[in-house]
Amino acid sequence: MKITLTINDKLVTWDIEKDEMLADTLRSHGLLSVKKACKTSCCGLCTVWMEDKSVLSCTILSVRVHGKKITTIEGVQKAADEFARVLTAEGAEQCGFCSPGFIMNVLAMKKELVNPSEEDIIHYLTGNLCRCTGYMGQLRAVKIYLGVL
Amino acid sequence: MFTLNDLVQPEKIETAYQILTDKRNNAILGGCAFLKMGSKRIGTAIDLSNLKLSYIKETNGFIEIGAMTSLREIETHALLNNYFNAVLPKSVRNIIGVQFRNSVTVGASVYAKYGFSDLITALLALETEVELYKGGRMPLVDFLNKPKGKDILVRLWVKMDACKATYLNLRNSASDYSVLNVAVSKLEDHWTIVVGARPGRATIASKASAALSEGKLSDVKIQEAAQTAAQELSFGTNMRGTAEYRKALCKVLVKRAIMEVLDENHTNH
Repeated sequence: MKITLTINDKLVTWDIEKDEMLADTLRSHGLLSVKKACKTSCCGLCTVWMEDKSVLSCTILSVRVHGKKITTIEGVQKAADEFARVLTAEGAEQCGFCSPGFIMNVLAMKKELVNPSEEDIIHYLTGNLCRCTGYMGQLRAVKIYLGVL
Repeated sequence: MFTLNDLVQPEKIETAYQILTDKRNNAILGGCAFLKMGSKRIGTAIDLSNLKLSYIKETNGFIEIGAMTSLREIETHALLNNYFNAVLPKSVRNIIGVQFRNSVTVGASVYAKYGFSDLITALLALETEVELYKGGRMPLVDFLNKPKGKDILVRLWVKMDACKATYLNLRNSASDYSVLNVAVSKLEDHWTIVVGARPGRATIASKASAALSEGKLSDVKIQEAAQTAAQELSFGTNMRGTAEYRKALCKVLVKRAIMEVLDENHTNH
């Protein structure tokens, strides 16, 4: 079936299967920043924005994004680049596999929360697992990026 | 992963119900997160997204919550943060992460009667009613005791009273399922103690609740009520904890929850 959506500010019409998940649809259309790592909707690697809210693209049926606005990290390159520089400067980036989803959620948090505390930040990012860099470095980078250090 | 042959997005609830009852393997979709972990074969999947059921509002002394409302909206909505000491936001805030809660729905969490549900535990401590398309409106406790049938949960009604409440849980790690969860509420002198993730479905500890609601409260009485709750409820074993462990945990969490509600009472009056 066909769906029409706005992907990174571009209107597209894609042919999808009815039981296809958004993460697979996005990857098959070249948006390879979207990663999958858990099968249980808990790792956060597939995070994209639907109508500017963070969602797990591995758990959203593609048919449900018809008429909606989807943003992946490819669509927010400038902001992602800015945060990535802070992240690397803090030594909080190793294999990078979880970074696209993590960065999308950090950027979503920046838009949603005003002057968050450390607890607020941790709470917002709990759904983003990372198996090699470590959370302390990430937290340091996030605080610097948000200017709440 | 589940499979589906067809997917429809009806504009009317009558149509959704008609399709649901057409065939045995037709099913309503919530946020699909739990569904995704199984291998259910669905004939026609029914998506309620077009029925305008994603909302939280105040109606005639009730907080009305549409079935397609996300758990994240429960967590952040001002009305729910201002009522019952924010017990509903508290109950959902540790479920996986923000991204997950942005797409899983209230309707699916309640209708599926998941044993691990954090939300049902908190809702049960309040005066909550469930509205089903065919079955009509009924107290949540009656809905939970009803055998499973095919219907559509349309919305929840939570009575806006002066109920003080709290929600506590123990998780082996942040964002995992609860090993045990507890909600305690107090409306005037009437106490309600609810224990969920036993790992069976949330239940009211009726003897303990009744004992606590009688006469004057004392430390001994609170201790006894917590003990009664642990005695009267059944607990089971799964990968997260043994029945024995849950029973011991129940006593502690119930006691702490009662103390917290008492504290709220003192600070707010």
